[in-house]
Amino acid sequence: MNLYAYASPATFYHLAGRLIPWFAWGAGLLTVWGLYVGFFVAPTDFQQSEAYRIIFIHVPAAWMSMFIYLVMAFWGAIGLAFNTRLSFMMARALAPTGAMFTFVALWTGAWWGKPMWGAWWVWDARLTSELILLFLYVGIIALWAAIDDIKRGDRAGSLLTLIGAINVPIIYFSVKWWNTLHQGATIKPSGTSMDAIMLQGMLVMAFAAWFYTIAVALVRVRRIILERERHTEWVKALLAKEI
Amino acid sequence: MHRFLLAVLRRDLTLAARRRGDWLIAQFFFVMVASLFPLGVGPEPEMLSRIGPGVLWVAATLASLLSLSRLFADDHRDGSLEHMILSPEPTVLLVLGKSLAHWLIYGIPLLLIAPVLGLQFNLPAQAILTLEVSLLLGTPILSLLGGVGAALTLGLRGGGVLLTLLILPLYIPALIFGAGAVDGAMAGTGSEAHLSLLGSFLVLSLMIAPWIAAAALRVSLE
Repeated sequence: MNLYAYASPATFYHLAGRLIPWFAWGAGLLTVWGLYVGFFVAPTDFQQSEAYRIIFIHVPAAWMSMFIYLVMAFWGAIGLAFNTRLSFMMARALAPTGAMFTFVALWTGAWWGKPMWGAWWVWDARLTSELILLFLYVGIIALWAAIDDIKRGDRAGSLLTLIGAINVPIIYFSVKWWNTLHQGATIKPSGTSMDAIMLQGMLVMAFAAWFYTIAVALVRVRRIILERERHTEWVKALLAKEI
Repeated sequence: MHRFLLAVLRRDLTLAARRRGDWLIAQFFFVMVASLFPLGVGPEPEMLSRIGPGVLWVAATLASLLSLSRLFADDHRDGSLEHMILSPEPTVLLVLGKSLAHWLIYGIPLLLIAPVLGLQFNLPAQAILTLEVSLLLGTPILSLLGGVGAALTLGLRGGGVLLTLLILPLYIPALIFGAGAVDGAMAGTGSEAHLSLLGSFLVLSLMIAPWIAAAALRVSLE
């Protein structure tokens, strides 16, 4: 099987259509499982009591917000290097979900911060860099919205994503040295300081977020493909069949 | 190669010298933004010297954005930008020359005005000196990164506001290290670390930003 065949929007459109139900159902089942573990099975935390349960949403959302940005930068770089149309479409399809997860991470973080730190918002390194990440997402989406020409928009957005990706670590460390209050990372490569069942719930939710992102991005990329390829024969044939 | 760079530089400086009003606007904007803060937060000297470094740095970033939206726009409008890009000389040098010219036109006057504003904000002499060094290292970063934004938003409706939205997040490290250096000098904890980081950020921007801006310029003119 030739994987490169799927770089063609016409072939990928059908592949995406077949994949979407799997990822959508996977996301649904994983969410039910993860939330059940998180809210009914996992024990109450010794220090943070019930409020800690926000992490089952908060941490996966924060992970995804950063990961999606990297994936966007990856697709943008591939698109700029190899001039593949589908890569740019993938980058565009991912951006709204990334911005959504960034917002969710900030929002749930505020809910958690109020009982824990006694403040909705503190100017801590992680919060601030997450906020700046939201600014970057908004900037990229605004740039895409402002450019009518598809080719120019694709490339301009990808260049902005790339320079943002170079800048994100610098921003993170500059803000970190500037001020830090957020608790340190609990899950490190060397092991975790967390109860196994809590970790299980969180990881399941992280996979649910992954599956959700893939499903939504595929739905969105199919729309973009149809819109951009509407003058081609295969789209006309497809639409004629559906009508 | 460097003759092309010098030619771009001389051309932009001549144009700026013929239209003095244009670049004075950015300087007055800098002064005005900085002057609004004492009116907003109150005139207590202790408070002003506390917020002074940050306010002056924020005002400097905003003033740079105000002038950056014009970096390529005028040449784009009269068509000379396309000719310069079509010439066999590398576009990177064009971007570098224009960014350098922007810094000379906007950054140097800013360096001359900043000490006066520092006095208004009750900053001690040592802090004003550090402010000058941090602006000397930091304002070229603003011109370089801003070049990327100006190239990306070339000819777009609402380009100026969009430029602000795209570029301000990228300015944050320069703002933190720049204002942090002045804070360090005032608190007596030293400012060398901040200034070194600001310098390394400048080197990094110099290595990366002109290439991305050149690519963005080609994308925008296709």
